[in-house]
Amino acid sequence: MGITFRKETFRDDFTFRNSPEHIRRFPFPFHEDSYMYAVNIEPHVVGPKGSVLENLIDVDEHYVAEMQDRALVLAEDPLRCQSLPHMTLAGWDLLELLMEQQALGYPEHFTLIRDGDRWRWINRPLGIDDSFTFGDVSTLPYGPMEYITRQSQGDFCILDQRDGNLWMDAGMVTTQADWSLDFDIGMNFFEWHAPVPLAHEKGIFVRALKFLTNIQQGKPARRLNWTMTINPRLDTSPENYHKWGPDRATVTPENVGEKVHLRVELQSFWRLPRSNAIVFPIRCYLIKMDELVTQPKWARRLHRVIRDLPDELANYKGLTRYRPTLVEWLSKLDDGSPTSPGFGPD
Amino acid sequence: MSTGTTKLDVVVSDVVPVNELVTRFHFRRRDGQLLPTFSGGAHVVVEMRDGERTRLNPYSLMGSPLDTREYTISVRRDDAGRGGSLFMHRQVRPGTEMVVSYPVNLFSLDLRARKHLMLAGGIGITPFMAQTAQLAAQGGNFELHYTCRTASLGTYADLLRERYDRRVRLYHDDRDERVDLDRLLSSQPLGTHLYVCGPSGMIGWVRDRAAALGWPPETVHFEHFAAPQPGAPFDVTLALSGKTIRVDEQQSLLEAIEAAGVDPPYLCRGGVCGQCETNVISHDGKFIHNDHWLSEEDHRSGCKIMPCVSRFEGRSLVLER
Repeated sequence: MGITFRKETFRDDFTFRNSPEHIRRFPFPFHEDSYMYAVNIEPHVVGPKGSVLENLIDVDEHYVAEMQDRALVLAEDPLRCQSLPHMTLAGWDLLELLMEQQALGYPEHFTLIRDGDRWRWINRPLGIDDSFTFGDVSTLPYGPMEYITRQSQGDFCILDQRDGNLWMDAGMVTTQADWSLDFDIGMNFFEWHAPVPLAHEKGIFVRALKFLTNIQQGKPARRLNWTMTINPRLDTSPENYHKWGPDRATVTPENVGEKVHLRVELQSFWRLPRSNAIVFPIRCYLIKMDELVTQPKWARRLHRVIRDLPDELANYKGLTRYRPTLVEWLSKLDDGSPTSPGFGPD
Repeated sequence: MSTGTTKLDVVVSDVVPVNELVTRFHFRRRDGQLLPTFSGGAHVVVEMRDGERTRLNPYSLMGSPLDTREYTISVRRDDAGRGGSLFMHRQVRPGTEMVVSYPVNLFSLDLRARKHLMLAGGIGITPFMAQTAQLAAQGGNFELHYTCRTASLGTYADLLRERYDRRVRLYHDDRDERVDLDRLLSSQPLGTHLYVCGPSGMIGWVRDRAAALGWPPETVHFEHFAAPQPGAPFDVTLALSGKTIRVDEQQSLLEAIEAAGVDPPYLCRGGVCGQCETNVISHDGKFIHNDHWLSEEDHRSGCKIMPCVSRFEGRSLVLER
């Protein structure tokens, strides 16, 4: 049985919704009632059936709508997709990874047929059936990274590894939480993380870089990150701040449930075989408060996390303005009873 | 055994003597599937089960990264070594079943380079076999300068000349042919990256001259796998696991720790990747540091050791393992 893809929007009338099954599979990021940075990296291995980890590259009911939204972003701003000249080989690596993983996880929707370097890719949800020569850029309508990331949910950063550092040298970034590929392109790991508060003092980035530069082929890793977004808008980029920034002033006690969304990023890290680069997919999941609080444990825990969040973090995540309204709204759903350990709903 | 990489079950599909010192080994997957793709400069760690003893030695993959039906490595016989190369030469036959690690690349090409200038010495030619194949397939610009003792010991020299013609220059020690290094390094176009693999002395010489001639350090790449050296046996206490072990003459400290059932992480087993770095709790004696990972300050401090290649002489050594 295949996925029923929703017809929905992430802008203007914001018709994005999660089905009840997708609410239950939402990757809720808090395993306890408080939150602080940690190097929360673990092996990216297949998880339980019915979770977002059922496949290493997750495709869900929002796939078609997200790809349409990406095409709109790119039409307005082509610099959301950039690849420095030395990164083409890594683009082919990524194309292979995403085609293989999507075909493996969702054979009813995707098929990859390989005959040496003659490849045929069938993407049924998007109505694509292309034959091309692997490694020959002239046989695809876009460069290899752009071609496959126009057909894959989530943002993708390809990090070149050299001089003991990682360099943001290619990427497709249209569903980002207020950062810009065009600004970060060519920067190294410490440069692009410079704005993050608190974590530098804890030495987190030094340790994280050491871990990431040692990621091995066939052994991907993952972590969750989170923030909040007003309205289910995928493209919360600095370039478009004038479109979404003012939304934060529109939260009222009446519309919290509909407007405020928890935004969770499933970040994974993979060594690419031909280029020796690292690809860093950042997959964004959105859930509105009304949907999230259908799981009482999540409602109680989110209340406690947001209430007790250090001010620096709340500020960095852009929550400051509507935090009191949100905490007040969530407090009515928190009877003070304990929450069970772990991420999942009860 | 815990490791940094996934393992591959392989069978030796061919054993080919290349010259009086070097033999080439071909591996295929036992299940008949393709092997993982790799990049030029990558190595695998080969597990050698020799009776009671297990040795794990890294070898550069020297085949074309475009062909993953098989992996090939070349092993130079080291009669004074710890026996890994002798095991490969004497006991491994076509049909032998072995285990190798997934490929790991600690000597990667910098794909930004406008030109790749490669300097090889002796068996240090092997990573360049794969890198030149990778670059040639992409129309990359490279030039290889290869020094060997004699023509008959010039492993793959003829093959490289045949493949790449004038892009390969050969130098024979017995004919007193020497790379005119200063001239070579002074006459490269902007954007050239330099790669060197060979004996330690050669790597040091090339790095020193490159620095003296103003090459930025990030354009100079080198592969420095030190094979673990044999040495006098010594005893070690592993404080965390509460074990006392003996490191034999032909065994590395890391191998002895593993034989006791303790599994530190590792990748290169050659003193360069840093994975097996181990804290010293106390010692009474002298360290024999052979790694290229720890700083000189670390070496002097006596607080750290790389058990894959370094040894100890003295009364007592207690490690945080």
